[in-house]
Amino acid sequence: MSTNRGFVVERWTRLSIASSIAAVALLVVLALAPLLFAANIVDSLTTLFIYLILSVMWNALAGYAGLVSVGQQAFFGLGAYFAIQFSYYGISVYPALLLGAVAAGLLSLPISMLMLRLRSGEFAIGMWVVAELAHLLVALDPLINGETGVSMIALNAISPDDRRAYNYWMALVAMVGLLAVVFALLRGRLGAAVQAIRDDEDAAQSVGVRVLAGKRTIFLLAAFGCALAGSLWLGTSITFQPRTYFGIQWTAYMIFMVLVGGLGTFEGPILGGVIFFLIEYLFGETGVWYLVGLGAAAIVFALFLPRGLWGTIEERFGIRILPVGYSLRMFRSDFPPGGGAAAPDPQPSIKPGVAANESKAPPPVELG
Amino acid sequence: MQDTAASSVDGGLLVGADVHQRFGALTVLDGVSFTLAANEAVGIVGPNGAGKTTLLNVLAGAFRPSAGAVYFKGADVTTFDAAQRCRLGIARSHQIPRPFGGMTVFENCLVAATTGGGLSGERAYQCCVDSLALCQMLHVANRRAETLGLLDRKRLELARALATEPRVLLLDEIGGGLTDEEANNLVETVQVLRGRGLAIVWIEHIVHVLVRVVERLVCMDAGRIIADGKPEAVIADAAVIDAYIGGRGTP
Ligand SMILES: Nc1ncnc2c1ncn2[C@@H]1O[C@H](COP(=O)(O)OP(=O)(O)OP(=O)(O)O)[C@@H](O)[C@H]1O
Ligand SMILES: [Mg+2]
Repeated sequence: MSTNRGFVVERWTRLSIASSIAAVALLVVLALAPLLFAANIVDSLTTLFIYLILSVMWNALAGYAGLVSVGQQAFFGLGAYFAIQFSYYGISVYPALLLGAVAAGLLSLPISMLMLRLRSGEFAIGMWVVAELAHLLVALDPLINGETGVSMIALNAISPDDRRAYNYWMALVAMVGLLAVVFALLRGRLGAAVQAIRDDEDAAQSVGVRVLAGKRTIFLLAAFGCALAGSLWLGTSITFQPRTYFGIQWTAYMIFMVLVGGLGTFEGPILGGVIFFLIEYLFGETGVWYLVGLGAAAIVFALFLPRGLWGTIEERFGIRILPVGYSLRMFRSDFPPGGGAAAPDPQPSIKPGVAANESKAPPPVELG
Repeated sequence: MQDTAASSVDGGLLVGADVHQRFGALTVLDGVSFTLAANEAVGIVGPNGAGKTTLLNVLAGAFRPSAGAVYFKGADVTTFDAAQRCRLGIARSHQIPRPFGGMTVFENCLVAATTGGGLSGERAYQCCVDSLALCQMLHVANRRAETLGLLDRKRLELARALATEPRVLLLDEIGGGLTDEEANNLVETVQVLRGRGLAIVWIEHIVHVLVRVVERLVCMDAGRIIADGKPEAVIADAAVIDAYIGGRGTP
């Protein structure tokens, strides 16, 4: 980039370019999966994509914006519920699923106005209360038949094979789209701002960060994402029971995936989602012990590998596949006597001192 | 010997006019009027608990004063929060450093440059590199801030504030616990900043360091300004000596 100024700011590594190409190739294969693979594999992949959405959303919320929510199942349930509503009023199935998520996302705006006033612990509990309230209110709707629930009947009109393929493609597009949005946001100005909020809200404010706006953007995105996961889940299971959709286990899964994979890393929750999917596939039948095992594993990770699997790998080997951060490299030879002063100088007030100060602080090439 | 002209609003770049700050029954600022002129460097001294940091918090917008007003470039900014004031050009450091621990040193500055400074792309990078170079932090640019020691954390406070490209810099005890050489470096750095035309308020207990940079000294005690003027005059002032009796910090 600006080697003439004596430094470059690296945002991509060679590895990230190579793995991006690999990811695109994988996507092409995945896009064709319903034509290539057996039905049960396609169904499993759909489930995996939904888990990945949940994992990445919770990480954006807690790992990047510091908003530790134990009530994200509120949006998971509301997305499915609104989809049922839209379908009941005659909107065709897949648009209804999308609109359900949009409606829940919109509803998260007024919710955010209340919740984002709260700080950490209060916010976590407040979100849990929101989820319980949403559960109670939805169960009151006559359309839902209380805890008995309803089916999204219109889904039955589609042949199982078509339904499987549509669900799959919608989940794939949703996952890739949300991942791309999160990646773009985190790499941009907002990403650095919300991380600052996470680390120290008052200090963030002192350097000019619009704290509320930053938190709200991530909150709305995560609400929409979780709601879309919920309506996709409805698409695969057809039935809607409030207790299932508003169950706290969804948040427990999200926390597990993110803690195991790596809180506050972009790649970690993807890894965590895959691991969770495999564990469920292997041990899901064992019922209670499966949940106990999940909880125990999450605690072990929180205590002994606080940065999760990916965070630990990243730290130990310096690997970054999809970096959202910045890495500064200096070149000793042309910095700063020429570099600082020779560069075009749109902000004259900020620069002359560099040369004046350079004598006692020669910038080293290797940075810590 | 409080300077009555100091309370005039239009005379200064940054003005606190008759500021009161109460926390419950506790009055921490009791009618403080403070004016900082453009290009001026003012030192604030005073015993522990005098209200120095509180005054800085009011000027920076971290606290909304119980009474009184704050003006910047002649406009009333009392209702502006700290973020808005930072974007207008008021930057501050924290007495107890508050780094963004999970981000690198460079990213700490980058947040400041892109939000407070409103810069983007290469200009933001350049601004961060300059700030870090000036604060002798380039060699730790890629380290997570939570791994820094106290000295580097204090330097980062200054570098991050500078990255917002401020007009006014509010510094709160960035020089505590420095060796003589480090203190000399800091004095040189602040002099460089003065040379760029920044107006500076610097709270510091080490008066002999302070007087090498500032042209005016303010002494606070028990929520009031008890002396304000040329450093030599303030240091010799009877009320100031009185405030420090049994305390520490006289030159
Ligand atoms: N947020 C707050 N709530 C209640 N009391 C406060 C608050 N902030 C400061 N105080 C009190 O106000 C008084 C002045 O504090 P301040 O930090 O302004 O002093 P200071 O002059 O900066 O002292 P030091 O030299 O020790 O930094 C202290 O008694 C402190 O306990
Ligand atoms: Mg103080």
